[in-house]
Amino acid sequence: MSRRKVAVVGAGMTKFMHRALETPKELAWLAAKSALESADMKLNQIDCIVLGSAPDAFDGVHMKGEYLSDGCGGWKKPYLRCYVGGGTGVYAVAQAWFHVASGLFDTALVVCEEKMSSCLPHPQAAFLTIFDHITEQPLKPNLLWIFALEQTRYMETYGIALEDIARVSVKNKRNALDHPAAQLGADLTIKDVLASEVMAWPVHRLMVSPTSDGAAAVILAGEEIARRISDRPAWIQGVGWCLDTAYWTNRDLAYPEYVEKAAWMAYRMAGIREPRKEINIAEPYDPFAYKELHHLEGLQLAPKGQAPKLLADGVFERNGDLPVTPSGGLLGVGNPIAAAGLMKICELFWQLRGEAGTRQVPGKPERGVAQAWGDLMQVGTVVVMGTKEPA
Amino acid sequence: MKPEPKLVRGTPLDEKALKRGKTFSVTYEPRLRYGWDTGQAISRYLAELKEGRLIARSCRKCERVMIPPRMFCERCFRPTDEWVYVKDTGKIFTFSLCYVSWDVRRLKQPEIPAVIEIDGASPGMGILHVVKKIAPGKVRIGMAVRAVWRPKAKRIGSVTDIAYWQPIKN
Repeated sequence: MSRRKVAVVGAGMTKFMHRALETPKELAWLAAKSALESADMKLNQIDCIVLGSAPDAFDGVHMKGEYLSDGCGGWKKPYLRCYVGGGTGVYAVAQAWFHVASGLFDTALVVCEEKMSSCLPHPQAAFLTIFDHITEQPLKPNLLWIFALEQTRYMETYGIALEDIARVSVKNKRNALDHPAAQLGADLTIKDVLASEVMAWPVHRLMVSPTSDGAAAVILAGEEIARRISDRPAWIQGVGWCLDTAYWTNRDLAYPEYVEKAAWMAYRMAGIREPRKEINIAEPYDPFAYKELHHLEGLQLAPKGQAPKLLADGVFERNGDLPVTPSGGLLGVGNPIAAAGLMKICELFWQLRGEAGTRQVPGKPERGVAQAWGDLMQVGTVVVMGTKEPA
Repeated sequence: MKPEPKLVRGTPLDEKALKRGKTFSVTYEPRLRYGWDTGQAISRYLAELKEGRLIARSCRKCERVMIPPRMFCERCFRPTDEWVYVKDTGKIFTFSLCYVSWDVRRLKQPEIPAVIEIDGASPGMGILHVVKKIAPGKVRIGMAVRAVWRPKAKRIGSVTDIAYWQPIKN
């Protein structure tokens, strides 16, 4: 199949904040402007726009795609909003990749935005509506339930201790101290995490990412333009996504098979056969601490049930053998849903170009993977990026 | 080397800024109402719940007995074949002790949401519900539980016609 090679040539993001002065539209504009400035580009050099944003219920603005279009630069241009729940931020890059790889457009601007603070008294209440409206919502579930139920199953199946889950919070919140956009960087111990309030056993407060306002943006360009305008394009080597059944109470829960399928789709495209050896840096989705471990296993970067041990052995530290979430992740930088996924793509861009400042992982990483997850615990979205042009 | 992310913008607000009137906030309370038709499979499921029974659907091809019931098998992508009564007992597949209500109120006594694997349905076929009448510290995966039904006159054809699940004493 003939398709054009595509690279990320610019990235930008706003601060991630508990509550921002800016409107959703202004946040989108700030992120888009930063991405354009980083690539030294103007809006008239952008051929099409892809917006990623999670449910309208958080911003409280119906048809948010249309509302946000001006902030995204989507003015008299092909513009669309894509959506796969929490998986949207990484998927949006795959969506823009189609646009450029197909040859239809030379450049694409991807913007992801979320302003969760608008939902009162707490955006948690908007999550009620993700559950099945007839068979589950009458039980008045909350979002913590499904994470806690999945974490219990994960821990029971593989005999994982809560300390090993808490270690993810310690690592990511510490990494976030070095991120200028971070909302919740902190220097904590495992003991601090386990001493924090039990929200929904086995989930403690410090194992949960915050709700946030924020936006992120990246620019994709086809190979001719990428080579011309960028000294260090970050090439998109593979994309993948996969959705499992919405009957989540009929599923295994201990292992995210849909993430595995999404990962292999991206790895095959990238020519990766042994992910653990061929990937230098990973940004898996970490809305809850255990999810990072769960997703590393789905991404084939740890054997089933073994991610906690590799973490304890230091493998996933920023200076470890496979740095994981050097950005600080959703747990540390924050979780404006779709923007958080795209923040992970921004991090790969900066890391692969050696521009991550105090967060820079040693050893000049050549290839990284970013992954996001969402819908009713059922979608995995994956992008592989690297310094080498795809074959 | 360029400094990274060189352009991080945005203006965090805190409670003080809001109180000082540095910004304005316009509130809106949506008053939308919906009536969700429950469809073929779930209408029967709810009707049976009202009678104090759990019902599933089977697929002849993959031989699964599925609950919640569905008119088509999502795996085989063909119509399901038969209604099958299953038991109102099961095992705890996974659970949590939740100290936060759906609208983020703190709870002194935790709710115990669980996925209950239903006896008589295929292995791994569970439904979401809540467990009560047990000390939170004693709940375990694999524990046998039974449905506690609301009195017949109070059932309305809802998953809440099962008030809760409680452990079966050996």
